Amino acid sequence: MTAPAARRSAVESGDSFARRPRRRFDPSLLVIGPAVLFVLGLFVYPFVYGLALSFQPYGDNELNGPLGSYMAFFGDARERLSISNTLKLAVPATLIDVVLALPLAYRLRRPIPGQRVIAALFVIPMTLGTVLIAEGMLQFFGPAGWVNKTLLLIGVVHEPVQFLHNYLGTLISLLISDFPAVFLLLLGYASGIDPALDRAARTLGASWWQRTWRVTLPMMAPGVAVAAALSFVATFSVFPSAVLVGNPAGETRVIAFAAWQAAYEHFDYSEASAIAIVMGVIELALVAAALSLRAGGYRRLRAEAGR
Amino acid sequence: MSIAFRRSPARGRLDGGAGFVYAVVAVVLAVVGGILLSVVLDAFATSWFGGWLPDGYTDRWFRAAISDFEIPQILLATAFITLSVAVAGLILGVPAAYVLARRSFPGKGVLQLLLVLPLLVPPITYGIPLATMLYEFRIAGTAAGVIVANLVPALPLVVLLLTPFFEQIDPNLERAARTLGASPLSVFTRVLVPLAAPGVLAAALIVVVRTLALFELTFLVSGADSQTLVVALYYAAFAPGIRPSQQIDAMAVVYMATSLVLLIAALRFVNPTSMVFRVRR
Repeated sequence: MTAPAARRSAVESGDSFARRPRRRFDPSLLVIGPAVLFVLGLFVYPFVYGLALSFQPYGDNELNGPLGSYMAFFGDARERLSISNTLKLAVPATLIDVVLALPLAYRLRRPIPGQRVIAALFVIPMTLGTVLIAEGMLQFFGPAGWVNKTLLLIGVVHEPVQFLHNYLGTLISLLISDFPAVFLLLLGYASGIDPALDRAARTLGASWWQRTWRVTLPMMAPGVAVAAALSFVATFSVFPSAVLVGNPAGETRVIAFAAWQAAYEHFDYSEASAIAIVMGVIELALVAAALSLRAGGYRRLRAEAGR
Repeated sequence: MSIAFRRSPARGRLDGGAGFVYAVVAVVLAVVGGILLSVVLDAFATSWFGGWLPDGYTDRWFRAAISDFEIPQILLATAFITLSVAVAGLILGVPAAYVLARRSFPGKGVLQLLLVLPLLVPPITYGIPLATMLYEFRIAGTAAGVIVANLVPALPLVVLLLTPFFEQIDPNLERAARTLGASPLSVFTRVLVPLAAPGVLAAALIVVVRTLALFELTFLVSGADSQTLVVALYYAAFAPGIRPSQQIDAMAVVYMATSLVLLIAALRFVNPTSMVFRVRR
């Protein structure tokens, strides 16, 4: 066999995907198996396991039948309050972050000097994480910290503001930890918008205001929905900062803390699972709503483009 | 989401909008910078009562933190856990990302959604049932349990980062190599691996940085000798009054320095926007 012929037969007998008839099963697909099995076994299965466990109440809750753990959570005013405590933190934190980040990202769709440095600096608080931010706040926002010193110096207040171990402390820590993620997400969306659209609108005589409201913002709306949903989900699951700079016995007794307490202090894994399921359902519903809004936004845009 | 190479931004015009951007950035940096700087100063302070700056400087809190908090042991455990998570994440995630990038098959959309789902749900939510399950199987409390738990968000991150990366590698290169007689194995080792190396390295670094900062899963699953730095820091800060604040801040500085070194390494390879989860358009 000559060399070219040998090569040709190697190609023909090889499992080059492009040459295969489409409907035959391609064994090389199997390499995705381990990843899928892992996610099924360690993400999906624990949810199913937790769901089953949540319907097997423990201790006194057993008297109330399979829904005992849920009844214990929703029936106890203090436990139930953890949902509204969490909402009172997550909703304002998300709104403030999106309202601040949107104009920033909008402006940065055209680069300004130092853009890469700015983006890199915003990654720092994200990398350090909520625990370090909360721990550092103890000094910086403390009664003798730099924030209070500055406020006293310029005479805004006459005695130190109590920033720590309350609602305010947790809200500030959420704003700091979450803002960079919202900003970078929106920046990614904004820089993906074709600048030719804005130029075309300008050529057609649209004012700055019209171009912003009718062209750029509608294109960013899906991104805003996704960023807001992810930000809400992240702040809704607040845990370490609610403990370190909040008041976990009172106003910042958030739902994640309630779940943790049920599992690790009361050893009631059934009620802990029930609380985790309640959390998960609220979060997934929100993400699904945002993603469908995003899909809807695209459909509408495409429909308008088609007209 | 993409792993983009460094790109110098076009020089933009300065206007009112840019002024607003710089103002917000300045406020954010003042707060974050102030927090970090006060941690560092306090860690080196003999004492800091009421003044703008500490009353004096010392390194004794670091020596105290190293012995009291067993920092060398924690650093070792952290390095072992984060590297294992990155390696295991790559072993499971690279083939999956490659298949998702190159092949189309029935049910692909479902698998793609399944493989990003763990990134959409906060760790504390699935962490509690996951930890309960791992305790049931008696893996929780060990380093293996911590690694497995941290892989749950790490694997989807690898897939999410690398799928677009494999997509942008021209499939004709693989076909050409096959035409020239290369075996599937040598196409993989001599064509695909060299082309994918920068993306794979970047993904590994992102996983290490994220695992280092990921508190909840390690907190729920770890035992005394499988804590990572961030969990040890939480426990130190959670019990104030037992140790002086400077000693806790010394530990925070160790954590901060570790993270920042890795972050700087990562930013040499990675566009900052890919450090956050981004829904593909």
